[in-house]
Amino acid sequence: MKYKSQKVAYWFFALAILLFSLQIIYGFIMGFARIGMDGLHEFIPFNTARAVHTNLLVVWLLTGFMGAAYYIIPEEAQTELISVKLAFVQLISLALVGVVAIVGFHFNYWEGRKFLEIPRELDYLVVVNVLLFLGLILGTLYKGKRRTTTALVLTMGLVFAALLYLPGMIWFDSQVTDSFFRWWVVHLWVEGVWELIMGGILSYLLIKLTGVDREVIEKWLYVIVGLTFLSGILGTGHHYYFIGVNKIWLVVGGVFSALEPLAFLAMALFAMYMYKKGEKSHPNKIALFWTIGAAIVSFIGAGLLGFAHTLPQTNIYTHGTLVTAMHGHYAFWGAYAMIVLAIISYALPNMTGRKRYNVNTGHYAFWLTNIGMLGMTVAFGVAGVAQVYLERKMKLDFMDVQNEISIHFVVLLLCATMFATGVILYIIEFLRFGQPTDEAVLGENTTEE
Amino acid sequence: MLSKSQARTFFLGGTLVTFLAFIGLTVYSLSPQNDQTNHDQITEGVIRGKHLWEVNNCMGCHTIMGEGGYYAPELTKVYERRGPDFIKAVLKTPIPWQPRGRKMVAYEMSEEDAQALVEYFQWIGELDLNGFERIVSPLSQDK
Repeated sequence: MKYKSQKVAYWFFALAILLFSLQIIYGFIMGFARIGMDGLHEFIPFNTARAVHTNLLVVWLLTGFMGAAYYIIPEEAQTELISVKLAFVQLISLALVGVVAIVGFHFNYWEGRKFLEIPRELDYLVVVNVLLFLGLILGTLYKGKRRTTTALVLTMGLVFAALLYLPGMIWFDSQVTDSFFRWWVVHLWVEGVWELIMGGILSYLLIKLTGVDREVIEKWLYVIVGLTFLSGILGTGHHYYFIGVNKIWLVVGGVFSALEPLAFLAMALFAMYMYKKGEKSHPNKIALFWTIGAAIVSFIGAGLLGFAHTLPQTNIYTHGTLVTAMHGHYAFWGAYAMIVLAIISYALPNMTGRKRYNVNTGHYAFWLTNIGMLGMTVAFGVAGVAQVYLERKMKLDFMDVQNEISIHFVVLLLCATMFATGVILYIIEFLRFGQPTDEAVLGENTTEE
Repeated sequence: MLSKSQARTFFLGGTLVTFLAFIGLTVYSLSPQNDQTNHDQITEGVIRGKHLWEVNNCMGCHTIMGEGGYYAPELTKVYERRGPDFIKAVLKTPIPWQPRGRKMVAYEMSEEDAQALVEYFQWIGELDLNGFERIVSPLSQDK
């Protein structure tokens, strides 16, 4: 770490962690409601809890990506950020929009469009905020001495993510067209441009942690993001099978979404190969765990579990059931949550000067969150498969089925408790690092712990 | 062995080709001759119903066309399964609807709003969903 302005990333990471904690609390509210304990229904009905849970997910991940960009881009471009003050303005305005949206959800101030519940008036503020963010990143890159592939891929991901937000702001009279373009945002984000962001962060971390030559890592980064778009763009079709559009999507979506795991497989192999090939033994083992873990878990969650129900012949039964929740939880965790936690784990010692590289709390946080999330995924999966058979094959009524499968949500809550314990330990570690300092940034005052 | 510039060409070329194909397929599938939605039957009531569906975030609990919260019943075929009077009763009641233990918000809708949502559900129920309409709500087939 060489640039003082990188310190601004710390505050984005802190906000991301705070929002992540809130997301988990609302997840518990939903989990308890599913086993009949919905005492908060008058104040936080399920649809409010769900909107908060999913939107906090999107916002904390985006906040983490922004923090990652503020940390990575100055180092890659070899220059200070063009304005730290404006970066703080962007952070505060982002937090304000987020708070207004989340509070608004409790008072019916929303749009019932899954993942895009933020009302359109606030959408415009989001656009302004993101434009400010992109202005700062692109301005820094323009001013910089060096333009690397890692920085380019990360920035392309962020620019495309901003552009793809726009189709979600258009009003359509038809529910079908509305859904069609909603997936332009949601799918092309999570199975498209966010993978560029993930690839960019992964590439940066592998260069730093393994010491493998940048040219080698960045060449394979191109191949991976190439595979991502080659499969992911037309793979959008797997959301179009059964929403009232042409049958051609059954073929196109089926073929291309079946190819989507290839990008994640390539990413997992890439990370493991670079780790083995690397001659450098970086002392930050916890960051290495999160980095390699992200590559492997994203392959299982997004790749394999996505493939398990992506073909139309299977999806016709699983579409709209808890099977989707199974895939969603493990995919978001592996692909995006873990990579954000990886860059935070890598950056914290460098920003604060406290080399807490190998402490037990950090390792417990890694394993408890991962085992807990795996258990939650299995619980969702068992509940989802049971739902498919009972509801769609045996023709039982929806609520009869829900009562039958509620036991799996007890298991889910137990696993979620383990997961939350891991997150609490991660937060304790985050707090123990303290705040960033100029001395640490410039490498003048570091202490091994 | 693959060079970095070849890898870059693969990324940029592949992205461009698939993106153009995606745009072409979008235009094709949304063109009027391929309409599976009875688009000409989207009345003011259906539009009003969609608006109410959104402002109340019904999708946060229910699902429609398989999209939603998985917490409350799938409503694609609710018009066929339950009929307009039942739907209106649920939407207008001042007491939270609570079938077998799971509560719904009491929306206390006006007759006009409830009617708009009924028209919306009726329109949704007639969509051609490429076979999913036969799977999504098996109970409706027995009515």
